[in-house]
Amino acid sequence: MPTTQDLRQLTLQIRRDIVRMVHAVQSGHPGGSLGCTEFFVTLFFDVMKHNPESFSMNGKGEDVFILSNGHISPVYYSTLARSSYFEVAELATFRKLNTRLQGHPATHEGLPGVRTASGSLGQGLSVATGIALGKKLDKDPNTVYVLTGDGELEEGQCWEAIMYAAHNKVDNLIVTVDFNGQQIDGSTSEIMGFTELKNKFEAFGWMVLEMNGNELEEVKLTLTQARELSRKGKPLVIIMKTEMGHGVDFMMGSHEWHGIAPNDEQLKRALDQNPETLGDY
Amino acid sequence: MKHYEVTGQKDTRSGFGVGLLEIGHKNSDVVGLCADLTGSLKMDAFKATFPERFFQVGIAEANMMGLAAGLATTGKIPFTGTFANFSTGRVYDQIRQSIAYSHKNVKICASHAGLTLGEDGATHQILEDIGMMKMLPGMTVINTCDYNQTQAATVAIAEHYGPVYLRFGRPKWPVFTDTKQKFEIGKAWLVSEGKDVTIFCTGHLVWKAIEAGHQLAAMGIDAEVINIHTIKPLDAEAVLESALKTKCVVTAEEHQKAGGLGESICSLLSQKAPTPVQLVAVNDSFGESGKPEELLKKYGLETENIVAAVQKVLEKRGK
Repeated sequence: MPTTQDLRQLTLQIRRDIVRMVHAVQSGHPGGSLGCTEFFVTLFFDVMKHNPESFSMNGKGEDVFILSNGHISPVYYSTLARSSYFEVAELATFRKLNTRLQGHPATHEGLPGVRTASGSLGQGLSVATGIALGKKLDKDPNTVYVLTGDGELEEGQCWEAIMYAAHNKVDNLIVTVDFNGQQIDGSTSEIMGFTELKNKFEAFGWMVLEMNGNELEEVKLTLTQARELSRKGKPLVIIMKTEMGHGVDFMMGSHEWHGIAPNDEQLKRALDQNPETLGDY
Repeated sequence: MKHYEVTGQKDTRSGFGVGLLEIGHKNSDVVGLCADLTGSLKMDAFKATFPERFFQVGIAEANMMGLAAGLATTGKIPFTGTFANFSTGRVYDQIRQSIAYSHKNVKICASHAGLTLGEDGATHQILEDIGMMKMLPGMTVINTCDYNQTQAATVAIAEHYGPVYLRFGRPKWPVFTDTKQKFEIGKAWLVSEGKDVTIFCTGHLVWKAIEAGHQLAAMGIDAEVINIHTIKPLDAEAVLESALKTKCVVTAEEHQKAGGLGESICSLLSQKAPTPVQLVAVNDSFGESGKPEELLKKYGLETENIVAAVQKVLEKRGK
């Protein structure tokens, strides 16, 4: 079991990876990636039971993770590489021609760790629910995790899946909503207010947990609790409050850094705030 | 013109239902999903026989495509069932990203395609689905012509790895193909050999093309009729061989001219063997309410339209 200190070191390194990857190609989505770093680290290095070194598409006999908000691919790729799904050196190919690390995650180039393309929003909940159904048919006792954005919940398909999962007692499914309150055109409260999100899920028949997604220990505690509450007849959602751009002071708390790359000087500042811990790629 | 005996009048969707049950018995990985149209899609028998492998998703087709992609990820072979319109246009991006681009082994099975849906009218009579689906990289597109062929195709696509769009229809239609046929994906079926003109046809219009072939024979025109049940991948070899022999071509389908079988044939021929072609298809128009036969007549998809197209293309070619 990794200690909290181990996990903290991983978050520092992954944040470095994120800003370096995005800086190198001057494109990509650093804000949401940085905000979800504690979640990815805790899930992949502590909570999930998975086999990074022998990736199988069907995920039989292991937990499965689906990223629905595919634009935060930098944190996903860095986490996968640091978990040994592939070499960390490959992070240098992010968004470049002939890469397996496409702008948005894809299975097309055979990148280990990715089981569905995502990027066009609103589809991951359905795909994850389908995998959960497959696991039930196979009597596979493992869990399916899915991360979705908060703005993404504006897509109607999400609610089709939310309705389906509750009605059909898909209780081997743990959804996390990255509730950072920001979307491209502004704050979610301005664009399409998410009032009563907890009540909305509960009204649809879900169990709801809440956590601060930028507090490592709280993330670990909540994910563990979620696992204990799963398989009790209801799907479960964690509403995860995060700060976009967390860990890089000038990117924090604003939607401005949703899809913008830092320049050389900004890169330096970001890296100064996140010292190298496990070796840069 | 070869004679085909009509052994009954059955809907192609019932052929799908029987085929699905058959492969359900053969392969325990086969699962069915339906968006509140179990009776219309003839999936009741599968549902009753394999309740744990049948998923009622309600009126939520986008979610159905995602669920199917997820089930396929775990190694299942999902067959989704709804009307052709809701199987394609309504869920195009879900199919594109979660199924086609993600290489999921999902079988998108679509009933009530085309004008022969009848009285429900244009909202449901999709005439653009073949075009949409054939544009997706890696997607196999099949349009079957009768009950028996639909049953055989349903079995065949379960044994083929990769995403498939299987299109069939609502009305009772002549049954004339063999009951025990082996369906070969991507392999054209030579319905009747001829030398003067080739009629490439798909779906319900195969029977119309056979009728047209007999009328043409009476007029002294020896038509070759070839059923292109698999529009993608197109059997280029069969198309070119016949077109080079007859040197004039008619296509017949229950679809828009844009995006349909005719367009695929024209694209191939114009690049490999320029040949005069006449298309029998809907000409940039929506459908409307009416009886199937009335609609086929009004929109120019009848036997007589195929005969007229042959006469026209023969004129174009010059004797």
